[in-house]
Amino acid sequence: MNASIITVRDFRKRYGGLTAVDGISFDVAPGEIFGLLGPNGAGKTTTLECLEGLRAPDAGTLRVAGIDPTHDRRALRSVIGVQLQSSGMPESITPDEAMRLFCAYHGVAPRHDLLDRLGLAGKRRAQFHELSAGQQRRLALALAVAHSPRVLFLDEPTAGLDVQTRVELHALMRELKGDGTTIILATHDMAEAEEMADRVAILMQGRIVTIGTPIQITATGAGLTKISIQTANGSLLANGHPLPAVAQQTTRDSYAIYYSSDIGRTVNALLEAVNAAADPLIDLRVERPSLEDRFLELTDARSGNGR
Amino acid sequence: MTAFATHFGYEFRTGIRNRGLLLLNYLFPLAFYLMLGFVMTAINPLFRDALLPAMVIFAIYTAAILGLPDPLVQAREAGIFRSYHINGVPRANLLLIPALTTALHLVIVAVIIAVTAPLLFDAPTPVNWLNFVLVFAATLLACAGLGVLIGVVSPNSRSTILFSQLLFLPSMLIGGLMLPYSMLPPIARMAAQLLPSTHAMNAFKGLAMGQTADFSPWGSLLVLLSGGLLAFALATLLFRWDSHHSQRRLPAAAALLALAPYVIGLLVFGR
Repeated sequence: MNASIITVRDFRKRYGGLTAVDGISFDVAPGEIFGLLGPNGAGKTTTLECLEGLRAPDAGTLRVAGIDPTHDRRALRSVIGVQLQSSGMPESITPDEAMRLFCAYHGVAPRHDLLDRLGLAGKRRAQFHELSAGQQRRLALALAVAHSPRVLFLDEPTAGLDVQTRVELHALMRELKGDGTTIILATHDMAEAEEMADRVAILMQGRIVTIGTPIQITATGAGLTKISIQTANGSLLANGHPLPAVAQQTTRDSYAIYYSSDIGRTVNALLEAVNAAADPLIDLRVERPSLEDRFLELTDARSGNGR
Repeated sequence: MTAFATHFGYEFRTGIRNRGLLLLNYLFPLAFYLMLGFVMTAINPLFRDALLPAMVIFAIYTAAILGLPDPLVQAREAGIFRSYHINGVPRANLLLIPALTTALHLVIVAVIIAVTAPLLFDAPTPVNWLNFVLVFAATLLACAGLGVLIGVVSPNSRSTILFSQLLFLPSMLIGGLMLPYSMLPPIARMAAQLLPSTHAMNAFKGLAMGQTADFSPWGSLLVLLSGGLLAFALATLLFRWDSHHSQRRLPAAAALLALAPYVIGLLVFGR
């Protein structure tokens, strides 16, 4: 890993009697998309807010591009861009005005091209309350990146958006990553995290329960791999072939479906069975456990421990 | 263009674009002025003497006391201040710029009233225009300070209306706009001295309109100026970027200290 652009060490934050974050540590490399996942109240937003300089940690060390967010806010705001969970704009402001205003405070020229890029060309003079939720979210993103920040914090950036808008935002995020921007992505959307994030940390009750690439995290779970197979004569549908490492099997439509703890052995055995029956193979699908499956597994385990 | 100027330009346009603010900045005070001008001067010709200062004070009250606070409350509650905070907008700008743009709207309204009142209602013009501007500015400072302070301490829109009306209604009733201070019973005079409108009307009469002031007009001017400055200072101290997890440097009740100059004024100049 390159030298970290974000460093979090033994970070703790309490609100009265509630421990929101309980001694977490992680690093984020430059140009990385880092996902923060967790159920409501896990500590994601508190972590983001402390990194953004909105709140002061009770203990621990936070650094963003070498800057202490608590004590050097002026330096911090030039290197970070933030898209808040709620868009937080005055109702009557237009995208053009918002772009001029925010860029003026950052001391950079307005980036009206970003509004066009994000599909707001026809809405540049519409008031904020006249924009759809997706347009408001896109405006917030345009404002967050207008001063070319080195680190971009996105809090639920695609929540409530339609598929097309979501795809556009993901494309922009990839482009920013390609330009070297580090992105911290807090989301409830496991599919989004799995698709976009280089690494993710799953937070629960203020602690990191696992951290790594989506593949590493899913691989460490006890989840079974789903194997779906369709043949021309349906030879696998008729009888329950005893197959190695299969914990459960079923049929759906014209597919035989197996849940395996050892993909290699099960797939080999399946292909042998199909060949032996001289039944032409039409379709074979292998679906590894998703990040969502692993997340639910961790959540369940945590709840179980708590009982 | 500087960030301050860009922000000022946006806020000024909002004062016209936003229907609620347009109503409070222009439509309500001007409509009330025309109505009172036609009705009151017909009923009581002596009201002509008070028409110009009274209507200017009324306009300042509607824009500053009724119009200024709620957008501040809404901006804090909707996370707009958080968004500004992250992007480096200073807290002073968030209090000062709305007050200054409101002042600019009020200058326009005051000019309209000052130009039309003599023509439409035969109202007397100020004998000292410089002092008129001075008292206008002091009244504006006092009311804008209180408006901003209400916006900072008020927890929600409902409370904002209550706090604003606590200041607005007594000012309309006993603040010298409709009923002369000299006609009030002694106890009401004491209460009236706690209101910016009483001091504004007194200063306008004594310093700008060539009329006899009810008590020290320079004292009233001093009360207005110090009250305005104190209210802005308290608003800055009590300001919060958001209402979740953030502590004030002083309890909200400290806002009542803004009344101190009026209480001192009552003790020193009241009679």
